[in-house]
Amino acid sequence: MSSTIIWTVAVITVLGLLLALVLYLVAKKFKVEEDPRIDEVEKVMPGANCGGCGFAGCRAFAEAAVKAPNLDNNYCPVGGNDTMAKVAAILGYEVQAKAPMVAVVRCNGTCEARPKVNEYDGFASCYVKSLLYTGDTGCAFGCLGCGDCVSACQFGALSMNPETGLPMVDQEKCTACGACVKACPKRVIELRPMGPRGMRMFVSCINKDKGPVAKKACASACIGCGICAKTCTHDAITVEGNIAYIDPAKCKLCRECEAMCPTGAIHGVNFPKPLDKDAIKERIKVRQQKAKEAAEGNTPAVAEKKADANGVAAADVSASAKKIADATADTSATAKKIANATAEAKVKEDKKDE
Amino acid sequence: MSKHTFSIGGVHPHDNKISRECAIQPLPLAPSVYISVAQHIGAPSVPVVAVGDKVKVGQVVAEPGGFVGAFIHSSVSGTVKSIAPRADLAGRMATHIEIAVEGDEWLEGIDTSDTLVTAIPEDAKAIVDKIRLGGVVGLGGATFPTHVKLSPPPGSKCERVIINGCECEPYLTSDFRTLLEKGEQVVVGAALLQKAMGGVPCTIAIEENKPEAIAHIKDVIAKLGYSGIEVMVMKMMYPQGGEKQLIDAVMHRQVGSGALPISVGAVVQNVATALAVYDAVQKNKPIVDNSVTVTGECFPKQANLLVRVGTPLRYIVDYLGGVPENAVKIISGGPMMGRAVANLDAATVKGTGALLFLTEEQTKRAPESHCIRCGKCADACPMGLEPFLLNKLSQAKDTEALEANAAQDCIECGCCLYSCPAHIPLLDHIRVGKGFVMSAIRARAAAAKAAAEAAKAAADAKK
Repeated sequence: MSSTIIWTVAVITVLGLLLALVLYLVAKKFKVEEDPRIDEVEKVMPGANCGGCGFAGCRAFAEAAVKAPNLDNNYCPVGGNDTMAKVAAILGYEVQAKAPMVAVVRCNGTCEARPKVNEYDGFASCYVKSLLYTGDTGCAFGCLGCGDCVSACQFGALSMNPETGLPMVDQEKCTACGACVKACPKRVIELRPMGPRGMRMFVSCINKDKGPVAKKACASACIGCGICAKTCTHDAITVEGNIAYIDPAKCKLCRECEAMCPTGAIHGVNFPKPLDKDAIKERIKVRQQKAKEAAEGNTPAVAEKKADANGVAAADVSASAKKIADATADTSATAKKIANATAEAKVKEDKKDE
Repeated sequence: MSKHTFSIGGVHPHDNKISRECAIQPLPLAPSVYISVAQHIGAPSVPVVAVGDKVKVGQVVAEPGGFVGAFIHSSVSGTVKSIAPRADLAGRMATHIEIAVEGDEWLEGIDTSDTLVTAIPEDAKAIVDKIRLGGVVGLGGATFPTHVKLSPPPGSKCERVIINGCECEPYLTSDFRTLLEKGEQVVVGAALLQKAMGGVPCTIAIEENKPEAIAHIKDVIAKLGYSGIEVMVMKMMYPQGGEKQLIDAVMHRQVGSGALPISVGAVVQNVATALAVYDAVQKNKPIVDNSVTVTGECFPKQANLLVRVGTPLRYIVDYLGGVPENAVKIISGGPMMGRAVANLDAATVKGTGALLFLTEEQTKRAPESHCIRCGKCADACPMGLEPFLLNKLSQAKDTEALEANAAQDCIECGCCLYSCPAHIPLLDHIRVGKGFVMSAIRARAAAAKAAAEAAKAAADAKK
């Protein structure tokens, strides 16, 4: 009996060793030579496999980055500058820091501003809806409100606001991977630079209809009147095809366009102070008056004055910088509140289901 | 009496032909009409009139923008007020020519009398050319330019002309009324199509729920004495009016995936198209009007109206007493394949066949539940597809698998959705999937074209 056990153990052991040897030799023979740096790069990647970089996943990005002669065309928007610095250190390349980006919803058509003209009862998907018709409001360009962007977001940064019927971006969670931009059949969402301390200006409308048509469909549509472009002293705003666009590279965040916009289509976010429209309008008036006088009198004075105006604006920004920290704290507090509220809502729904 | 139908799939909804007794009545002229330049498949037409021009009924207002295109004629006499973008049924912008109506003066050379012209011209090419100049497009719904269909590519031969009088969509009765009231003209139109295709036999297919039309057309054929035209009585089955289904039912031949009907020797034309062919060839009258069924259980004034092209829908509805209070959905076309009207200010086009009013009870979708793998959708699909599978693949955005499972062959008839006991919006998803495949196919074709051009340029450079 005991000899049977011994024989069994011996045979299995020998067999195991032999097979291990075969496996070892085969592995040695058919080993795929791979750059060890690929593994290293992959380790520092965020691992979201979101495809925001344009590759199939983090591994594919690592392979491409190792092969590429430099890192100019490879950038991980999710990991941002920190991750890219690590990747550059591993590969021995230099990388230029990019301004962090954030998804911006360029539709302002809330339920109040943009009344429904018909009711959609089909499958709740923006893509399906856009194949059928232009949507249930008078605006053929704006948000369809079925939340394709929300389901496309892997990071939970998007949610539908039930009051406005529009998606909201949580800028803390948004990684600018661009999945929502691709998911939106109306191309409503744009990736824009986050801006200094999150402060940024944008035109929250993409309606290309002529002014009266756009205004009829939506009270807060951009009507392409061009007042903003005329007001802007930094040459940052262009009006093309009945729609204004603010170039984030040129915008100096003076908020003059926001104050002057007749429909409220221009939005400024994360500013520490609420917009004082009257003060800004007064400022513009004074400046225009002076410019007029200067034009009537003699020209050289203008350059000086302009510089002065810029200086004031810059001072404004720096003075308010202190208050920003508080404001951010506020926002995060509200975010927490919202999270709590959603949790509550969920609980309520669950109860209903029961 | 033997009855024919197609071999796979199909459903049998209640036919609800409640407007079958309503004779076709001309609708009074609207104060203004809006004629779209994109009312057919193919390139939009190019306007040839200017604002302020005086036009007469039947005058060309837009010329084809390409080979697959159609002439568009003024449907009224009056002054061109504007040429501007205007929202269509779905709210999408298209260029419309607005004409303010002044009187009803027809262009010289158009025969507006009722006399029946039975003599068939000898020259087949002349017939096709007159059809082209008359702006005739397929009035069964697809609005494919008829002259293109009648010009088969070299190497293919037409063996039979099929006139589609099935009208398998529930509620619609305009084709039925046309067969009853203008049977002679339809038969002459069929004879003209026969001649245009080289004297091949012709079948007029009519479903069994229209016995009066069947008897009338048989009488007319006997009276007029054209050879080679027969009536075929079809079993009631939806979507029998689909081109590929009808060819299967009549000729027992299957049109392959992505192939045209001419590949199996068939040319299919609708009853209304046959009438338009008669008008264009024998009377010089282009398409300026078409018959529209206005119906629905909640609609008090059922009607079949002869409507000038470009009449605003609101004008038609107001003429018949306005939108009923309990109607929640208006559909342009039949309940199976029609599209919901999002904009009542849209104007009719050549292909507008019906306006259907539905109540909330009739349109409400039941809540979606889980697929129980009963296979009813696969049984119902007249194209032999597997809707339950395409549904999943479409949601997974798997374009390759969608193409391998022939999502591009879907004719969007809605049989799968109609038969699904779990109320899964199969068609909505499959339509999305079909879109993925079609754009992949188009991208491939464009890439192949670019590659061929690059190769050609390289070869030229070598020389």
